[in-house]
Amino acid sequence: MKRLALLALAGFAAPAAAETFFVLPGPDAETQLQEALILAQPGDTVRLGVGEFDMRNGLSLDNDDVTIAGAGMDQTVLSFRNQTGGGEGLLVTGNGAILKDFAIEDTAGDGVKSKGVDGIAMLRMRVEWTRGPNPENGGYAFYPVQSHNVLIDGVVAIGASDSGIYVGQSQDIIVRNSRGEYNVAGLEIENSYRADVNDNILTNNTGGILIFDLPDLPQQGGHDIRVFNNHSFHNATQNFAPEGNIVGIVPTGTGMLIMANHDVEVFGNTFEDNKTVNLVIASYVEETDDPNYNKHPARLHIHDNTFGTGGFEPDTGEFGTIMKDIFGVPIPQIVFDGVMPLARYFTIGSAAGDKHSIHDNINNSDNQLYGNADFIGWFGLPRWLHSMSNNVAEHHAELDPIAPAVVTIRGMDVNDTSVWKE
Amino acid sequence: MKKLLLALIAAASPAAADVNTDAVMASRPPAHLSDFGFFDDLATMTPATGVTPYEIASALFTDYAEKQRWIYTPAPAPYSTEGALDFPVGAALIKLFHYGDNLIETRVLLHQEAGWKAYAYLWNADHTDADLKLAGADLAVDTPHGTISYHVPNVNQCKGCHVDNAGNFSPIGPKIRNLNVADQLQRFVTLGVLAEAPADAPAMPNYMDETVPLPERAAAYLDINCAHCHAPGHPADTSGLYLNWEEDRPVHRGIGKHPTAAGRGSGNLDYDVVPGDPDASIIVYRISSVDPGVMMPELGRTIVHAEGVQLIRDYIASLSE
Repeated sequence: MKRLALLALAGFAAPAAAETFFVLPGPDAETQLQEALILAQPGDTVRLGVGEFDMRNGLSLDNDDVTIAGAGMDQTVLSFRNQTGGGEGLLVTGNGAILKDFAIEDTAGDGVKSKGVDGIAMLRMRVEWTRGPNPENGGYAFYPVQSHNVLIDGVVAIGASDSGIYVGQSQDIIVRNSRGEYNVAGLEIENSYRADVNDNILTNNTGGILIFDLPDLPQQGGHDIRVFNNHSFHNATQNFAPEGNIVGIVPTGTGMLIMANHDVEVFGNTFEDNKTVNLVIASYVEETDDPNYNKHPARLHIHDNTFGTGGFEPDTGEFGTIMKDIFGVPIPQIVFDGVMPLARYFTIGSAAGDKHSIHDNINNSDNQLYGNADFIGWFGLPRWLHSMSNNVAEHHAELDPIAPAVVTIRGMDVNDTSVWKE
Repeated sequence: MKKLLLALIAAASPAAADVNTDAVMASRPPAHLSDFGFFDDLATMTPATGVTPYEIASALFTDYAEKQRWIYTPAPAPYSTEGALDFPVGAALIKLFHYGDNLIETRVLLHQEAGWKAYAYLWNADHTDADLKLAGADLAVDTPHGTISYHVPNVNQCKGCHVDNAGNFSPIGPKIRNLNVADQLQRFVTLGVLAEAPADAPAMPNYMDETVPLPERAAAYLDINCAHCHAPGHPADTSGLYLNWEEDRPVHRGIGKHPTAAGRGSGNLDYDVVPGDPDASIIVYRISSVDPGVMMPELGRTIVHAEGVQLIRDYIASLSE
């Protein structure tokens, strides 16, 4: 950009100057906005004025390198409370989109979705269902899927009946400085590769942070995920996911849940006041015949986190009840389901290359720091063979730090402040 | 150069004399349907020379709109059973949406150097011509099924169904198996639309034909109504639910499959398809809904296709538990 400006100053013929489309609230705003999104060319900006925009149909952006900018997440509001068409509020299928400083409210389905793009930034946006937690709310507030180079920074997600911030089947991801509140899951990374999740606040959800991997999907085997410096506390909203959704398994009052996935590093986070459990690591809980799917987690590295109160009132659903039956109250800070392939369970435990490492975590409460629930023994063997354990030293693999995620949008590394100024 | 060559070919072929090939190839779409010259007489929809009417075996449901289809192609498409036929650059597919005498819109798909382009033209009140509408529209339309808010898609929504994950824009309906109706393939060969028509060309049934076995009718219905998104490499493959004609893995056809990202679209149900139990099947719930956060397909209908829902219900009920 800077170089272009210099070229222009030097008297060279510059390409057509970037254009800005202005759209203000009003009866024709939806048509004007959608037309602007269709006409905007790479480098153009669609600028939204202050006020509430009444949207009846889902919006879509398919051209590359277009910016949509509002006047602030509380000043510019696209309201979909009267929505009659479209599966989401805003669908982005163009590469290099930068969406910033506006809100999307009360969509019939998901809030803002990107599908199959390379480069998507969602900055200082708010997506909210204003009636608060309700199973009739849309599933995801922020929903990049099958996307590469994803940046979610400074957003607020409220009221999603699945996950507030959900990144699925994507690669090269940063989710930071954001807040998820009153969702079933505050923030979820699913079937994704190379993600940094840091400096987020998750509170008043059913569960704070989910790192999931599911079978029968085009991209699976989630890995290389760093979760650090997040604060997940008081996630106490009763699970309100419509039945059938996998997120329905999350017990009310869960700080973080890692299911399947390999190579996940969790460090520097604070988990507290999550009444069922602060952190769970588990295998995929359902039956599957998918031959390409590994339901067991591997090489989880959990260190230097701080645990406050937690596990003091386990959820009365299936998962919470089992943990209560096995451990009693309070539930340990870190619960491992102990599930692994049966051949390994009865012999040497996890394969050498799959072992986890849990160390140097700070426990500021009276709970046990760690509990191995031994679900296989609990469900599969005579009860006297069940062997719960509190020995965290059983996870002592030597694991290298995971490399930071690198996210490049419109050719700019979003961590390089000399080029990325959004 | 190539364009010139094509123009020469077009000019040399008496079958293509009347269509405005410049309009078909123009980077900016013309303002009126009449500008294309696809019809000698728009009032009677009399096609110009080289514009061939055609039918498909199974059609997408669009709020009970009646549809008429024409194709214009400068050269025959090679025979292929993979995907839509590969009509050459310069080809156009034309589709009229109407309710009896009430003409709503004509959509055109134009095969240009850069790929296929889609545009919708809305008919004027006098039905003398139809005007380009890029941003879509919601129209109150009286139909035999009541007054509906008919949705004309904007150009992005066109892409929503026509573009695959690799960014390729292609037609949906004109696949060999869906064009193999009566003697149509043979007629296409005669008219220069298709290079050859082998006797063993595959055929997909008309899903409304009750003489056809239920599983094939259901598969045809799901293919033409769902598989432009629900197929590997297409927009809804993120769900792992694949409803294309070729898919035969039960879990990917929804049998015993959990929803992936359905949200409240699950309807509090656990599986996409529960054999023997339509009411427990998410797919029935979603095709029976008109709530934009629940309904499937997401685009192209505002009312329920009662006959289609009944077909899928009957099919799921017929599956052994």
